[in-house]
Amino acid sequence: MKNRINSVFSFARLGALLIKEFIQMRRDRITFAMMLGVPLMQLVLFGYAINNDPKSLPAALVAMSSDPYTRAMVSALQTTGYYRFDRVAQSAAEAEFLMARGDVAFVVTIPADFARRVERGDQPQILIEADATDPAVASGAISTLGTVANQALLRARGMQETAAEAARGQLEVVVHRRYNPEGISQYNIVPGLLGVILQMTMVMMTSIALTRETERGTMENLLAMPSSPLEIMLGKVLPYLAVGAVQVVVVLAAAKLLFAIPFTGSMPLLLTAVPIFVLALVLLGYTISTMARTQMQALQLTFFFFLPSIMLSGFMFPYRGMPGWAQAFGEILPLTHFLRIIRAVMLKGAELPAVATEIGWLVVFVALFSGVALVRFRRTLD
Amino acid sequence: MNAIDVHGLVKRFGDKTVVDHVTMTVAEGEIVGFLGPNGSGKTTTIRIMCGLLTPDEGEGTVLGFDIRTDSLRIKREVGYMTQKFSFYEDLTIAENLEFVARLYGLKPLDEHVGRTLEDLGLTSRKDQLAGTLSGGWKQRLALAACIMHKPRLLLLDEPTAGVDPKARREFWDEIHRLASGGLTVLVSTHYMDEAERCHRIGYISYGKMLATGTVDEVVRNAGLTTFVVQGPQLDRVAAALSGRSGVDQVAPFGATLHVVGSDKKALQAALADVEKEYKGVTVSPGETSLEDVFIQFMSGSKDNMG
Repeated sequence: MKNRINSVFSFARLGALLIKEFIQMRRDRITFAMMLGVPLMQLVLFGYAINNDPKSLPAALVAMSSDPYTRAMVSALQTTGYYRFDRVAQSAAEAEFLMARGDVAFVVTIPADFARRVERGDQPQILIEADATDPAVASGAISTLGTVANQALLRARGMQETAAEAARGQLEVVVHRRYNPEGISQYNIVPGLLGVILQMTMVMMTSIALTRETERGTMENLLAMPSSPLEIMLGKVLPYLAVGAVQVVVVLAAAKLLFAIPFTGSMPLLLTAVPIFVLALVLLGYTISTMARTQMQALQLTFFFFLPSIMLSGFMFPYRGMPGWAQAFGEILPLTHFLRIIRAVMLKGAELPAVATEIGWLVVFVALFSGVALVRFRRTLD
Repeated sequence: MNAIDVHGLVKRFGDKTVVDHVTMTVAEGEIVGFLGPNGSGKTTTIRIMCGLLTPDEGEGTVLGFDIRTDSLRIKREVGYMTQKFSFYEDLTIAENLEFVARLYGLKPLDEHVGRTLEDLGLTSRKDQLAGTLSGGWKQRLALAACIMHKPRLLLLDEPTAGVDPKARREFWDEIHRLASGGLTVLVSTHYMDEAERCHRIGYISYGKMLATGTVDEVVRNAGLTTFVVQGPQLDRVAAALSGRSGVDQVAPFGATLHVVGSDKKALQAALADVEKEYKGVTVSPGETSLEDVFIQFMSGSKDNMG
């Protein structure tokens, strides 16, 4: 029975399958490049960019006087490495606005009678308000605060370390964790998830819009009939606006009912921003669709865009913890801007002026993506 | 006015010239067959005519509209049936037709769709998904969709590939019915019997238009002579004939051999030799068919390429 065929396994047949598979892999250059390039790129990108203990956070100073004690406090805070005073607010209201906009992570208020109370031996106070929408960002900066501030104050008064022991506790640091006093991380995550969920589904669905027509051969027919590129684009993306609207309602309801996320801001403002964001996403997907040749490639490109959006937008890791180049990269992601809007509106109660810039960014994305898509769209089969 | 009037069309993909100075005129109401081997440039030429491709060189008008600048108007007046089925398989027949009718702005919608379904005998299947249709029905749907907006010109790219003979016959009857109503038709095909049902034909090979005219003209102009050989041991006779000077084609047809050549004297000499060599073999004059002419064209152009 030498000629009996092994029905379970044969090296020759396995070899045939392996060789065929490698040839196909080699032919599909984009997939091959993604397999090698993506892990490496993402390792480098995220390895260097992600930092859970962000330093040098922007802070606003509200100082009513400029005596030596106040200056000593400011420089002491700065030397911790956590605070970077690049704004001086004239009033508490201005500082409040800066924080609502997300320009600063801290507002440090040193009252006018600070120096007088230090000298009189009354208990001096400073107020530190931290943006606690992302509890992780504020925690490091706040935990080192008490010790550093007291030591600085003692040095300024020319006291010895030993005397400092006795004097400890004299300075009172009042910390307000704004927007999220209990430091609940879901407050930060759940509104962000709305952006992430929208991004994932919207971009993916529309990225295969045109490639599906091309792969099934229906594109040729569509082009031979009287339909303009703009009509085809709108016809593809508008249905997904409706899908997005349903998702928004579901996620917002879940945020309220399941996670008890406070909604302090204006619902109309949020409902204005969300459709612009969704429009930017479906147009991004459509743009991908004009570039990819197959549905597979379209999905790969979507994924390629999706990972940095999660990592570098401030959804998963503090935006301020990233180095400058990574922050610049984050700025070109629609999700980054949407996260700022939804967190500002939902958690901080921000009004239109505070989020106008970010909404403006989303409008820019809409214009940019639709422009690119219309230019890229091949009206002919050339 | 000619429905199609194009001259000097050139289309290159990379360094390959797919359409090479093609000139073509089709009068209104004419049915013109477009023939040529696979990859000869038929589809590309048709796509240029309906505005799906822009030619690298050449000018022309389709229905009086410039093919370079007026492709949107051409699209409105032309019905184009693609080689591969290109309607939505996840839509029903009626839904596909409604989609097309809306794109062309046909009103009232139900009336147009209903009449088209009726005309092409699709009414009973109108709620069937297009993806579940057999080849013949798909082709019928595609034809229905591209004539619904009453185009003045039909461009059909191998419409009957993979369709059974009865459906093909019905399809051609439909084409002639439409043409008698004034519609102009340009149809590409591989089938000789279909070519013979056209008023005129054009033969293209490697992007070059090699012959145009009625079937008779094309056959006559090819200048071929054909003899029919009968007798025993025809396989050996065929082997002896092929390769002799004057013999261009030897093709078995049932119990006979068709022997074709362009040099009549040399062909006759070769046949006389074989008649002497093999007992019982008779040679009689035959009629050159369109297929003989095309085989001749194809072997000729292969030589050019080699």
